[in-house]
Amino acid sequence: MQKGPGLFLKVAMVLGFAFLYAPIVILIIYSFNASKLVTVWGGFSTQWYVSLWQNQGLMDAAKVSIVVALCVSTLAALLGVLAGFSLARMPRFFGRTLFSGMVLAPLVMPDVIIGLSLLLTFISMSLDRGMLTIVIAHATFSMCYVAVVVQSRLVGFDTSVEEAAQDLGAKPLTVFLRITLPLIAPAVAAGWLLSFTLSLDDLVIASFASGPGSTTLPMKIFSSVRLGVTPEINAIATILIGLVATGTVIYSLMLKRAAAQRIQAEQAMKQAA
Amino acid sequence: MAAKSGMTWGRRLAVAIPYLWLLAFFLAPFLIVLKISFSEPAIAQPPYVPTWENWAAIKAHLANLNFGNYAFLFSDSLYVNSYLNSIRIASISTLIALLIGYPMAYGIARSSPNWRATLLMLVILPFWTSFLIRVYSWIGILKTEGVLNTFLLWTGVISEPLVIHFTPTAVYIGIVYSYLPFMILPLYASLEKLDLSLLEAAADLGAKPLTAFWRITLPMSLPGVAAGCFLVFIPAVGEFVIPELLGGSSTQMIGRTLWSEFFQNRDWPIASSVAVLLLMMLVVPILIFQWAAKREGTG
Repeated sequence: MQKGPGLFLKVAMVLGFAFLYAPIVILIIYSFNASKLVTVWGGFSTQWYVSLWQNQGLMDAAKVSIVVALCVSTLAALLGVLAGFSLARMPRFFGRTLFSGMVLAPLVMPDVIIGLSLLLTFISMSLDRGMLTIVIAHATFSMCYVAVVVQSRLVGFDTSVEEAAQDLGAKPLTVFLRITLPLIAPAVAAGWLLSFTLSLDDLVIASFASGPGSTTLPMKIFSSVRLGVTPEINAIATILIGLVATGTVIYSLMLKRAAAQRIQAEQAMKQAA
Repeated sequence: MAAKSGMTWGRRLAVAIPYLWLLAFFLAPFLIVLKISFSEPAIAQPPYVPTWENWAAIKAHLANLNFGNYAFLFSDSLYVNSYLNSIRIASISTLIALLIGYPMAYGIARSSPNWRATLLMLVILPFWTSFLIRVYSWIGILKTEGVLNTFLLWTGVISEPLVIHFTPTAVYIGIVYSYLPFMILPLYASLEKLDLSLLEAAADLGAKPLTAFWRITLPMSLPGVAAGCFLVFIPAVGEFVIPELLGGSSTQMIGRTLWSEFFQNRDWPIASSVAVLLLMMLVVPILIFQWAAKREGTG
């Protein structure tokens, strides 16, 4: 019996990964194309990156997106920590089933439904649409991702340390700040990063929640993509891909460190016991 | 222990804040959509006339709720077709994603542990990359004077450029490409647990590799197959960006219908009814999926 994957599986993997990566690679290559025609190679050039800086519309949209994403990720991290903590550490409270359902549902809900329902809510609250409403909309679905990450991290730790601190007379808030929060810090950081990426990437929900003067980068890209492929969009896409790739590497390093820390902590606990 | 089991004020606050947030910005919005879906459209701001205003009036109105929007949806072939189209396109895409994703997941599960981490990372990385940009990247490849046609014409495989962009084929490619990681990850999770000694035993007893696959590997990975299919099917049904950018006017899907009812026709009640029906269509698979995930988690 052979141990590794057979020839068929190897071929399938190579073709599959080529399928996953070829479009991105082609996009990056053509962002350095001197020719304005997207499919004709006119030599290497970085002119589209330069003209990007002079495109006021794109730059404004990028600014809106970054400000929104920073607010969203911070708000979502705060709400998500509370939600994840509640789900992991409180086995019983009024309406727990409804609560956990509301945390999980946005993860599978189509964007168009979330967007439409939030827009109708903002209007019935007579809240003016703009950056604030985009932040609220994005924070609502991002906090659910943070909650899931935080919850799964907390479930992995038993409550003995928290209980020991409480038995020694620490107040609940002190226990949370001094013990629980450091334990979940890597999960919170990962959740923050995930929320930032989700917010930066969202087109559909932002289109519903935004008002005049608050066009996000995906909305701007979408409206120019409808008119056709341009090298400038290729350039900004390449920059975004680079940012996300860097973020992903940092995220996976953080998760790796968290896992290592956890193994260390568990060993220390075993030795102490 | 008695003090711990009671809810302190701090704990109550910790639950209350996210709870109220989700009630206000997740649950209440659905009730509002439901309410507006029973309203009559009107040329006003906001452009609808509510059928019922407050809870007290509900009883009186329940008898003659305005189902007009729903009746209209079922009588107009545009809506019926876009629902059927969405289900068909999502199902076929899910099947293709399964056929591509299964061998990939199995290959990763059979690789050495060092390779596994790297290959999994390669599966996850595109998922983090902007969805819009990944869909956009296919336009440059698929369009008539795009990269694929240029390449195929140059190699002489074809003499006429293929028309793929703005056809259903492009939508299938887009959905499979975008959601393939969702298919591979749960498949990998269930295939990784497979005990290889079972396959060895089957081989020792004279089973051919293909027989062993059909009788052992496939049945044991069925939970992963189910999870992967749901994770691709559910977002694909409500998809807007992919049919809009790759499908052209011929591929009408329900997410797109909702979008154009809202932004182009400004018919909020109809858009709300479309949303309610889409949600009802998804509730059953979502419930099955949550039930399966729960069983997987506890078992």
